[in-house]
Amino acid sequence: MTRTARRTGRPMQVAALGVTALLALSSCSSSDDSSSTKSDSSASASAKLSGTVTVFAAASLKESFTTLGKEFEKAHPGTKVTFSFGGSDSLAASITGGAPADVFASASPKTMAIVTDAGDASGTPATFVHNQLEIATLPGNPDKISSLKDLTRSSLKVVLCDKTVPCGAAAQKALDAGKLKLTPVSYEQDVKAALTKVELKEADAAVVYKTDVHAAGDKVEGVEFPESADAINDYPIVQLKDAQNTEAAKAFIALVRSAEGQKVLTEAGFLQP
Amino acid sequence: MTLPTDRSDVAADTVRGGPRRRRVRAQVRGVPLPLLVPALIGLAFLVLPLIALLVRAPWRSLPELLTSAEVWQALRLSLVCATAATAVTLVVGVPLAWLLARVEFPGRGLLRALVTLPLVLPPVVGGVALLMALGRNGIVGKSLDSWFGVTLPFTTAGVVVAEAFVAMPFLVISVEGTLRAADPRYEEAAATLGASRFTAFRRVTLPLIAPGIAAGAVLAWARALGEFGATITFAGNFPGRTQTMPLAVYLALQSDPEAAIALSLVLLAVSVAVLAGLRDRWMTAG
Repeated sequence: MTRTARRTGRPMQVAALGVTALLALSSCSSSDDSSSTKSDSSASASAKLSGTVTVFAAASLKESFTTLGKEFEKAHPGTKVTFSFGGSDSLAASITGGAPADVFASASPKTMAIVTDAGDASGTPATFVHNQLEIATLPGNPDKISSLKDLTRSSLKVVLCDKTVPCGAAAQKALDAGKLKLTPVSYEQDVKAALTKVELKEADAAVVYKTDVHAAGDKVEGVEFPESADAINDYPIVQLKDAQNTEAAKAFIALVRSAEGQKVLTEAGFLQP
Repeated sequence: MTLPTDRSDVAADTVRGGPRRRRVRAQVRGVPLPLLVPALIGLAFLVLPLIALLVRAPWRSLPELLTSAEVWQALRLSLVCATAATAVTLVVGVPLAWLLARVEFPGRGLLRALVTLPLVLPPVVGGVALLMALGRNGIVGKSLDSWFGVTLPFTTAGVVVAEAFVAMPFLVISVEGTLRAADPRYEEAAATLGASRFTAFRRVTLPLIAPGIAAGAVLAWARALGEFGATITFAGNFPGRTQTMPLAVYLALQSDPEAAIALSLVLLAVSVAVLAGLRDRWMTAG
C-alpha cells in the first residue's frame, strides 16, 4: 500500500528534475551560441571590443544600467553586457568570494571598501552618481504624508530597509538628522523589497531612493523631505582585478561616467556628483 | 536553500522506514563499486557544506556572538513559530491526509498534486501567493482587514501562516502514506460494531497511524524552523516579532559574516538534535 503513494510521488519528482535540467541546459547552450557567434562576427567587423562584460551593480541601478547596457551593445557591436543586480553587500561578498565579474558598481563607499580592502579592485573607485532618499507612499497619498515626521504616526505601517544595507543606513542617518524615532513594521532586506511592500499596498509608506520611486511609475507616489540631504549616498564604480574583459570593462565604466551616461542616470532620478 | 531537497529525501526515507535499512546493513560487505563510489560522492556532497560550516566557525568569539539578546530573541521566535505552525498543520493536515487516503472522489489525484505543490514551489513564490491571498490587499485578506481589522503581514501570526504553508505537505504526505499502509479492515470492523465513521477514526485509525503522524509532525516542524523565503516575503523582518533565525542569518551575512556562521551553527545544531533524537523513537515505527 505504501507503494502506491510512492509511485505517485516519484514521477512528479523525476519530471520536475528533468524539466529543471532541460531548462538549465537550454539556457546554457543558447547563451553560449549567441556569445560565440557574436564574438565571431565582431572579430571581422570591429577589431577592438568584443565578448561579454559582466557587471555587478546595486539593485537601485537596475533600470538605468539596463538602458546603458543596451546602448553599449549598440555602440560596440559584438559585445554583450550581462548584469547581476542585487544588494550591494551580497554582491561585494560574492566578488570577494571569487564570482567572475568585470565591473562593480556599488550603492555605498562602505560596501565598495569590502572589495577594495580584499584587493579585488583594479585602480581606485570613482563616484559616478549620488542618490537621495524619498518617501514612497500609496498613489494619491491617502495618508497625507508630507514629512519624515509624519511617518512616526502609530497608525501607519512603514517599512524601512535593514540597517545592514545602504538604504537602511541612509534612512537611519536621515532619522537621526531629524531627531526622529521610527518603529517600522519591517526591516526589509533591500530597497526593492521595501518598495514592493508599498506597491502591493501591504505597507503605507517606505523610505527608499528617489530613483526607485521614479522607476515604480504610477504605482507609488514620492514625497521629498529635507532630512534626505543629510543622507546622500555616493555610488562608486570600479573595474575588478580578475576581469576577463578589461578593455570592454574600461569602456563600460567610461560610458557610465560620460555625459551620455550621466543623462540616462539623471533621468532616472540620480544626482550628478 | 538546499535544505528543502535534503528534507524531501528524509521524507521519502521515512515512508520506506526501518526494514530496508536493516537489510542494507546486512549486505554492506557485498556492495558493488559502481554503486559505492557515487553513493559516497553523494554523501560527501551533502555533508561537506556542513563540515565547512564547522571548520569556518569563529569558535573563539562564538560565546560572545551567541549570547546577544537578538540571537535569543530570534531563536525563541523560531521555536515558538515552528511549533505553532506544526500545531496548525496537525489540526488541518491530518484530516486532509485522511480525506486523500480514504475517500474516493473525482479529482483526487489533482488535489493530491496541489497539496504537495508547496514542496516544489520556491518559498518566495509561496510568500507572494500568500500576500495575494491573505495580504492587506489580498483576495481574502481584504475582507479580514475590513471586517475584523486583522492583517497578517508583518505579524507573528503571519510567520506561522507562512511556515504552515510550506510545512503542511510534509505532514500530509507522511500521514497519507501511513494511512494507506494501515489496514482499513480495522475501521470496517469498528463500523460493524456500531461505531460511526468519526468514532472509528478517533478510536481506531488515529492510534494506528500515530507513528506516521509523529514522523510527519517532526518533518513539518523542521521545515518550518528552516523556512526563509515565504517568511521574509509575507511576514517581513522585524526583530522580536517576525525575525526568525533564518532571516537573522541572511541579514547578518550582509554585514557580519562571522555572526551569520555562528547563527547558522545554532540552527544546524537544533535541527540535527531534533531529527536525530526523534528519528529512532518515531520514524522507524511506520
